[in-house]
Amino acid sequence: MSWNTFTTVAETKKALDSKQVSAVELAQHYLSRALSLNKSLNAFITIDSERTISEAQAQDNRRSKGDVAPLLGVPIAHKDIYLIDGWRTTCGSKMLENFIAPYTSTVVQNMANAGMVTLGKLNMDEFAMGSSNETSYFGPVKNPWDLSRVPGGSSGGSAASVAAGLTPASTGTDTGGSIRQPAMFCNLTGLKPTYGICSRYGIIAFASSLDQAGPFAQTAEDCALLLNAMAGFDPHDATSLDRPKEDYTRDLAKPLKGLRIGLPKEFFGEGVASGIAKAVEDALDVYRKLGATTVEVSLPNVKYSVPAYYVVAPAEASSNLSRFDGARFGHRAKEYDDIIDMYKRSRAEGFGAEVKRRILIGTYVLSHGYYDAYYLQAGKLRRLIAEDFKKAYEVCDVVMGPTAPEGAFQFGAKSDDPVKMYLNDIFTICANLTGQPAMSHPCGVDKDTGQFVGMHIIGNYLDEARMLNAAHQYQLATEWHKAHPAL
Amino acid sequence: MSLSAQDIERIAHLARIRVTPDEVGQVQAKLEGIFKLIDDMQSVNTKGVEPMSHGLDMVLRLRDDVVTESNQREKFQSNAPEAAEGYFLVPKVIE
Repeated sequence: MSWNTFTTVAETKKALDSKQVSAVELAQHYLSRALSLNKSLNAFITIDSERTISEAQAQDNRRSKGDVAPLLGVPIAHKDIYLIDGWRTTCGSKMLENFIAPYTSTVVQNMANAGMVTLGKLNMDEFAMGSSNETSYFGPVKNPWDLSRVPGGSSGGSAASVAAGLTPASTGTDTGGSIRQPAMFCNLTGLKPTYGICSRYGIIAFASSLDQAGPFAQTAEDCALLLNAMAGFDPHDATSLDRPKEDYTRDLAKPLKGLRIGLPKEFFGEGVASGIAKAVEDALDVYRKLGATTVEVSLPNVKYSVPAYYVVAPAEASSNLSRFDGARFGHRAKEYDDIIDMYKRSRAEGFGAEVKRRILIGTYVLSHGYYDAYYLQAGKLRRLIAEDFKKAYEVCDVVMGPTAPEGAFQFGAKSDDPVKMYLNDIFTICANLTGQPAMSHPCGVDKDTGQFVGMHIIGNYLDEARMLNAAHQYQLATEWHKAHPAL
Repeated sequence: MSLSAQDIERIAHLARIRVTPDEVGQVQAKLEGIFKLIDDMQSVNTKGVEPMSHGLDMVLRLRDDVVTESNQREKFQSNAPEAAEGYFLVPKVIE
């Protein structure tokens, strides 16, 4: 057979289409790998082999009836924030430890319609709040490259599972960098699309004006194929963009001659590990050799991204997470005095420390008398940051820099200091605040620490095809994305 | 900005999260660190700036006022901690 564990989505599709392998065979292969390696990696929260095999069988049946869906039989694993009818969906929380989803999220449904087979539900920071996967109620995911290091977060299981070859691709969600930072830490390609092109329906809400679904894979080409399946207008999501379907693979083969790369001086200053700066510089040289030009730009307000984010995200989270009341679903405390006490004890027991912290921050900034000083001020800063980018795009097509200021760190290195943890997302957060698409692709190793470096590409609204083109051309010229951990 | 222990207790009550007296100090210390980070944005002059919540400034759609969902009460209530005869059971609220 011409496929193996680390065959890309694009090649797996070809192997399936030419009948070298069946959906059932693929599902069996990855399930058996996942079941054995999950003991050390903890990437999956739920595996249901029987259900997966029957899904695979159904996709093989579609093929035998002449169906030519684009990703017919290709396996995928989903972050445990996506509801799938009949599957336990925990969001990494004790609150939802026994919650069985009563319906299916649009993104998962779109991928199933495209032919994809669900391998299982992936571990994550609790309610997607974290940058290291250490806040999961189900224990941290290990980085497959070094089990003493974090895989990044919040989509830690999504990154670790693809890096370890437990699945050819996965879904994640990105509210402040939760796809891009773990993609960097695990040497993968990950994309957060423009806000509004992937439906949020059936994705457990964290911060509704920032949350976006996106893919993890080994290559930019795979991300384009996956985004083709994920994206699309959905009347169930009030912020879904009503626009025609796009083919995100359409520009992959275009040469990069004429591409103007903006380099914000704010992304290359102090705070970035020197080994990371060096790897990014080397990658920019590759882009220049491919015909791109670089120009310095300035994003003076981007330094307010982190403070603005830690108002907007907790504020929206405090509102969204008020649905967990111990009455209709989720954890309920065993003993309580009255209904208020039931709410308070159920929430105190069901939520972990980081989730509670963010609910408390959000409650405070939205409480009487503080709205203007916090949420409104943060909303205005979002506008100023968006205007900085608008100005930059007068002289460049995409913006590039490092995905994170430092690479995968040891467990426990930041878990006692939330502010230190938050600053790891300093470069990724701005794209969530503005709603722009952004991605990370492998671009080398920090020579001082041995950890992977990600190239962060931020693009203008709806410019995913151009960003994927750039990353794909880079990947045709380099080998970084082809490295796999020995497991 | 500094938060008092009473502030923590008030927010925790509003958020319906039980914070025990011996947890208050630790929560207070962590939140103060976070608010120190947040307060960096207060110095920016944003007079006259229109706040943004959606990058493409879309407005919410309206839909026709028709029934689109089927009744799935039993299915939805199967996740309830306690339910009976189609109702969610909670402690007595009205004497």
